[in-house]
Order: sequence, then C-alpha cells, then structure tokens
Amino acid sequence: MSDRLSVLKTYKLYVGGKFPRSESGRVYEVTDAKGRWLANAPLASRKDARDAVVAARKAFGGWSGATAYNRGQILYRVAEMLEGRREQFVAEVADAEGHSKAKAAAQVDAAIDRWVWYAGWSDKVAQIAGSSNPVAGPYFNLSAPEPTGVVAVVAPQDSSFLGLVSVLAPVIVTGNTAVVVAAERAPLPALSLAEVLATSDLPGGVVNLLSGRTTELAAPLAAHQDVNALDLTGADAESAKELETAAADNLKRVLRPPVARHRPSDEALRAAPSDAVDWTADPGTDRLLAFLETKTVWHPMGV
Amino acid sequence: MPTTVPAYGKEAAGRLASMADVTASDGALRRFLHGLPGVDAVGLQARAATLGTRSIKTTAKAYAIDLAISMIDLTTLEGADTPGKVRALCAKGVHPDPTDRTAPKVAAICVYPDMVGVAKEALGDSGIHVASVATAFPAGRAALPVKLADTRDAVAAGADEIDMVIDRGAFLSGRYLEVFEEIKAVKEACARPDGSAAHLKVIFETGELQTYDNVRRVSWLSMLAGADFIKTSTGKVAVNATPPVTLLMLEAVRDFRATTGVQVGVKPAGGIRTTKDAIKYLVMVNETLGEEWLTADWFRFGASSLLNDLLMQRQKLSTGRYSGPDYVTVD
Repeated sequence: MSDRLSVLKTYKLYVGGKFPRSESGRVYEVTDAKGRWLANAPLASRKDARDAVVAARKAFGGWSGATAYNRGQILYRVAEMLEGRREQFVAEVADAEGHSKAKAAAQVDAAIDRWVWYAGWSDKVAQIAGSSNPVAGPYFNLSAPEPTGVVAVVAPQDSSFLGLVSVLAPVIVTGNTAVVVAAERAPLPALSLAEVLATSDLPGGVVNLLSGRTTELAAPLAAHQDVNALDLTGADAESAKELETAAADNLKRVLRPPVARHRPSDEALRAAPSDAVDWTADPGTDRLLAFLETKTVWHPMGV
Repeated sequence: MPTTVPAYGKEAAGRLASMADVTASDGALRRFLHGLPGVDAVGLQARAATLGTRSIKTTAKAYAIDLAISMIDLTTLEGADTPGKVRALCAKGVHPDPTDRTAPKVAAICVYPDMVGVAKEALGDSGIHVASVATAFPAGRAALPVKLADTRDAVAAGADEIDMVIDRGAFLSGRYLEVFEEIKAVKEACARPDGSAAHLKVIFETGELQTYDNVRRVSWLSMLAGADFIKTSTGKVAVNATPPVTLLMLEAVRDFRATTGVQVGVKPAGGIRTTKDAIKYLVMVNETLGEEWLTADWFRFGASSLLNDLLMQRQKLSTGRYSGPDYVTVD
C-alpha cells in the first residue's frame, strides 16, 4: 500500500481571470450520481456575482474589439487545450452524470467538437446576420451584428459539460462576455473548464464561472443593471418567469428555457426543462444570433 | 488638555505662538522634529489593516455612503480641463445623482487656479466650496514669489480653500525652516482684504517622502506653520494616499490637538476609488479622532472616480438591484 498522502483539488470560482474562493467563504458538497462525495465546490454569493459582472464589463471592450479572426484563434486554442485534458473531463463527466466511461467520452468529444464548430463561426456570423439593404436613395445601407455586452448564463443542470459548452461558446464567440452559473449539482466540469480557459490566451473576465445555488445567483444577475442579456437555459420553469420579470427592468435580452419537446407531461421535466434538450443534436445558429445587436449604417454613394 | 480651537480661527495663532520656541530657528525646529518619537512601521501597518476589516452594513453603510459623498473634494486637475468640463463637474457636485435628489452634495470642487472663477460662477450659492491647488502644483518647483502670486490669484478669483504643495526638495534635504516659512507665507497670502482667509490645505506628497518618520515630522511642521488641513498627496505620483500614511497623519492631528488645542483637518487624496476603501478611511477617522472629525469641515476625500462608485452603491441600497456604470456620469 502506498503511504503517499492524497492531494485533493480545491475547486474555486473563476472571476476576472483569477481563481478566488467565494467571498462568503462558503463551500458545499458535490456528490456523484450515486450520492458519494466527490469534492467541495465554492458556494458563491451574490457579491461574487456582482464581482463577476464587474470583471465581465471590464473585459468587454477588449474582447468585443478584438478581430473576429483573433477571437476564433483563441477559441480554437481552447479546444486544443480541452483535447489535452480529455481524460480528466471524461472522468469528471462520468462521475457527475453517472455515465459509463464510453458514454462520458462521447459527451466530451461532442463538447470539444461543439467548441470547434462555434469557434469557426467567429468570422462568419456577420455574413449570416448582416446584410446589405436596398434603400430608396443614393446610399449604401449596411447592417452588421454586434455583441450585446455582458451575458449572464444559467447553464443546463443535467448536461454538466456538453450542455455548458453548448451555451457558453455561442455567447463569447461573437464578442460578448459571460457570467456563467454552473450546474448546481454538477459544477466540477465547469470549474475545470475554467482552468482550460485560463491557459488559452482568453483574456481574463471574458468568461466568469460561478458555482452555487442557481436560484441564489440567478436572481441578482437578472436584476443587475449592468447585465445586458440573460440566458435562462438551466432555470426551472417557475423561477424562469420571475427572472424574466426582473430582467425586464433594464430591457435585457432574455433567452427563455427550452420548451420540453418529448414528454411535456413529465413532472421532472417541468422542474428542469433543459433536461429535454438533446445536446448532441446540431445546435443551429439560434444561440449565436440570440445575443447580437444589429447596427445599421447609411453611407452616401458619392455619385 | 487645552480647550479646542479650529485651525482657521483667530485664537489658533495665539496657541501656535506658545510653540514659538521650537520654530525659532532651523536648529530648534530640527531638534524638535527629530525628537518626535519614531514610527513603529509594523505596528502602524497592522493597525491600519485591522481597522480595514470592519464590516459596515445596512443602515450604517447608508449613513457612511452619504457621509463620504458629503466629504468629497470632487477634483479635476488635468491639463485638458476646459470651462465646460469644470461646469459639468460643478453641476455633478450639486446634484451627484440626478435621479435621486436625496443624495447629498459634495464638499468642494477642486480645480486649477485659472478655473476658480468658472467654478465659483457655476456653483453660485449652492454652498459648495471651491478649492484651488496653488504654489506650482504638483511639483512645487517654482520661486517663492511665483508661488505666492499663484495663491493670491486663486484667492482673488474667489477660492474658498487653497491646496498648496510643500517643497519636498527642501524638506528632504533637511531645510525644515525654509519649508516652515514657506507655508507661513502662503497662509498669509490666503488672507482676503475683508479680514477673512481661504482655508489652507498643505499637501505633503507622502509618496515622495520615503519614510513614515518623515510623514510624522512634516505633519507637525505644517501644523505648527498654521495648516488648516493636512493632505497626503497630489494624485500625480505613483504612490498616493494609503491607509497607514493616513492613519499616521490622523494620529499626528490627534497629538497636535492634545498639545496645542488646535484642531486640524485631514484629507487623503489619490487612489481612493471604491466605497469599501472610503468606508475604511471613515472607520479609521472614527477610531483615531472620534466623531468630531466625521464632518466635511474636518475630513475630506480628494477624489474623482470615488463619487461614481458611492453613487452606484447608494442606488443598490435604495433599489436592491446592482447598478452599473451606465447609470452614473462619465467624467
């Protein structure tokens, strides 16, 4: 028997490119699908949420101002780093979701592929969402998509890694910055993703990850006057309504939780609508386009 | 302990005269300043750090925020200052939060001497003071007659307060009496023809004074010379107001009052940007000097961006929602 002491990992939040503990000093127990203890995760407070928004706002100018090409390169780099840590994520996803190794590996592969897919969109989204508009006058009239700002994301509760990547990548690839509330019961893959993001040239503050009670963190984010959009994918149906009401105060863009398609009568699904989403399916461009503003310019033709 | 008189009052001169023996000659002043007890640097820093850990919440926080707003010397000291910018700043000083008229007004607007007239006109009868930096701010490298003319100009233009910088070169090379006489001369230049006088704040630029002992010495030196306020920094060098330096100055002010009965104000300036920082300073004042100093007459913040953070925190307390930079002015 080895007499080596075990070196346990201290999971931390990811805010402004740093790894702080929760301001509140609290942690909570994270268990695997069978209820066995895995690790302690920080239980973030509303002040951590506030700090995360400040960091995201600070990073927005630089990230949205970077060239689309540059953003794409950085996101590809993230995918490369994910590939290098594949085994770690497979183990964490298998623990968190109770999958077999093979199924977890499939999820992780799908997540990395998803990340690459979204990275490719960085310099292509303008061609889809932008246009040259015919107008009655001697003007070029051009519409171009621009990032909306700071986006608060409530990550899916069931799919702790593939689901997370599927909601996070489309937000940041277009130049937004994000504050993500990780899945409450399975935050460890998200907190490990932060370590990947921190070593991939992604500027600090572009992605901020919080773990804790979803209801406790989502409420201040939804009401925060300096958040521009809210993705409610991981919120349950009841709180989603309240959050959307709070978000209306400063006219945030809101992406509602997905409507349960398969088994709408199921009680469990009503509680967590995102469980109904098949995250392995082709995501389409909806999530990319949800957090964009359109800027239209009129330019004299000079005839 | 002698009864307390304010540094700007008529009786203060008499009290200072009782200390005339220590300022009679360069040698006497040097002996006095070097005879002050040395500063325990570790103890000072530990004390300042401890006072920074107090948790001020809810109603106490609301009180502290309003108090801090009312103590701000809202400052613009840029080469690019225009009359328009000064007027905008004055308007902000009168109503810091246009959406909430219960927000208190700031204590003063701090500008360069040539902008005093503009600020004075813009503030009208709002009760907000106009403070002007003078004496070749921020370096203080000019001949004495130039510094005095600078001061008289600002006072003539209507400045209520003068922020002078000391000659750090003279102080660091040990010419204490020269610094002392210069402060005295500027104080005289602050007098108005009607017999009243602009209040004098003396800026030490503690970031350039090297040691805590020097800060203690220069504090005593300026108070003996008749400073109404002592101020940490110009905001133009790398190191500005820090909690230990401010605590040291607060202690000097406390000891000075115990010795002479003259009450002097303190103004930390530069680098105080958040509500949290401001509240730490208020705790320090309360614990070192007590409530008497917790008014805009005796404690000021020299700041520009601090006000926006205070206003955002104020909005959070009144609405329950976190505010953002979109809801305060861009200065």
